[in-house]
Amino acid sequence: MLTKRIIPCLDIKDGRTVKGVNFENIRDAGDPVELGALYAAQGADELVFLDITATNERRKTLSELVNKIAHHINIPFTVGGGIASVEDVQVLLQNGADKISVNTSAFKNPALIKELAREFGSQCVVLAIDTKKEIDGNWYVYLNGGRVKTDRLCFDWAKEAVELGAGEILLTSMNNDGTKQGFALDITQQLSMNLPVPVIASGGAGTMAHFADVFEQSGADAALAASIFHFKEIGIPELKTFLAQKGIPMRL
Amino acid sequence: MKLVIIKYNAGNIQSVLYALERIGATAVVTDDISEITAADKVIFPGVGEASTAMAYLKERKLDRVIAGLQQPVLGICLGMQLMCRYSEENHTNCLGIFDEDVKAFTASAAATIKIPQIGWNNIHDLKTPLFKGVKENSYCYFVHGYYAALGEHTIAATEYGIRYSSALHRDNFYGTQFHPEKSAGVGEQILKNFIEL
Repeated sequence: MLTKRIIPCLDIKDGRTVKGVNFENIRDAGDPVELGALYAAQGADELVFLDITATNERRKTLSELVNKIAHHINIPFTVGGGIASVEDVQVLLQNGADKISVNTSAFKNPALIKELAREFGSQCVVLAIDTKKEIDGNWYVYLNGGRVKTDRLCFDWAKEAVELGAGEILLTSMNNDGTKQGFALDITQQLSMNLPVPVIASGGAGTMAHFADVFEQSGADAALAASIFHFKEIGIPELKTFLAQKGIPMRL
Repeated sequence: MKLVIIKYNAGNIQSVLYALERIGATAVVTDDISEITAADKVIFPGVGEASTAMAYLKERKLDRVIAGLQQPVLGICLGMQLMCRYSEENHTNCLGIFDEDVKAFTASAAATIKIPQIGWNNIHDLKTPLFKGVKENSYCYFVHGYYAALGEHTIAATEYGIRYSSALHRDNFYGTQFHPEKSAGVGEQILKNFIEL
């Protein structure tokens, strides 16, 4: 039986792991290769590396890091952050990334998703969406790491992206991210139940029960978290055992 | 021992090379026909689309080379699918090493499944030394929208909506639908087993 996936996310800046709380106030949490290998050994099902480096050296630093990760880690990993072209993706895949995630660049140029899917296959194209629930009760798409609001509804954009060839959706709720109050169950459920591709829920994990909720109540295929793993608040083995005991399919 | 990874227009080839390095094996990535035929063992990996990959192989006459290999060959994911007779993916005639056909996953009323299948699923009814030391129901990593049907060459089965071949074997040819190079310790064991065949 296909299992639900637990995915630690490592935010990378200049080759080092950082974690933004509500996308601000970053704090160093170590060497990405070492941390990634540790998570893999502990039973993480996949890893996501999101690069937030803004310098001109970014591309080179990232491809070198991806190459190093690919040499050391025996589980799949996704790389995202600032990817805007077929060439960007080519370099990352050649260096050993299994999937790439696109966000702002795809929103501004949806044809990019189609090109990437045609060139490399939908299975390696993850669409990342940062979304926020406004006072009108609707979830809107935000760009540039959550700094720029758009008028586009999250569900509409996700649906269009899937039609263009996105093979997976990485959904981050800005309302929940950093709160440790649980995942955004409503929007995760809306996407998960109505789209034919897997949905990775992100933002808000604080307890092991939050993971059970997002799998049981919203039908997410995977759940992603960062700081609770980095700061050892929840261990991956105990989390997976807890979820398996609740009857959620897990690779133990 | 000389281990060769066939280079062609499909993704994920580097990952296989790195996985072999992790278990202490060195391999050469090449599309050179004489180098491929002279190898002790050949790995035919790949992630991508069937018709484009087949066209590329045919253009370089690699299709006949692969089908004619006498040494142990391991196809991975798309590589395994291309070793089958036919793929529904853009109606592609493949290498015909395995008689099993490759079909598209479809969601049905009985089983609502996400397509492609992405993630860890278990393999069972394991046969042949490829799975030596691998426990029944071990988890492996899968990423695919098409599957090989069950048949006489099935040496591992997996369920995703339906039951299908997660590994195939005929004579010197082996194929896995899952990615041993991404399947943690279980995958490393399978790669070691292939090298030791």
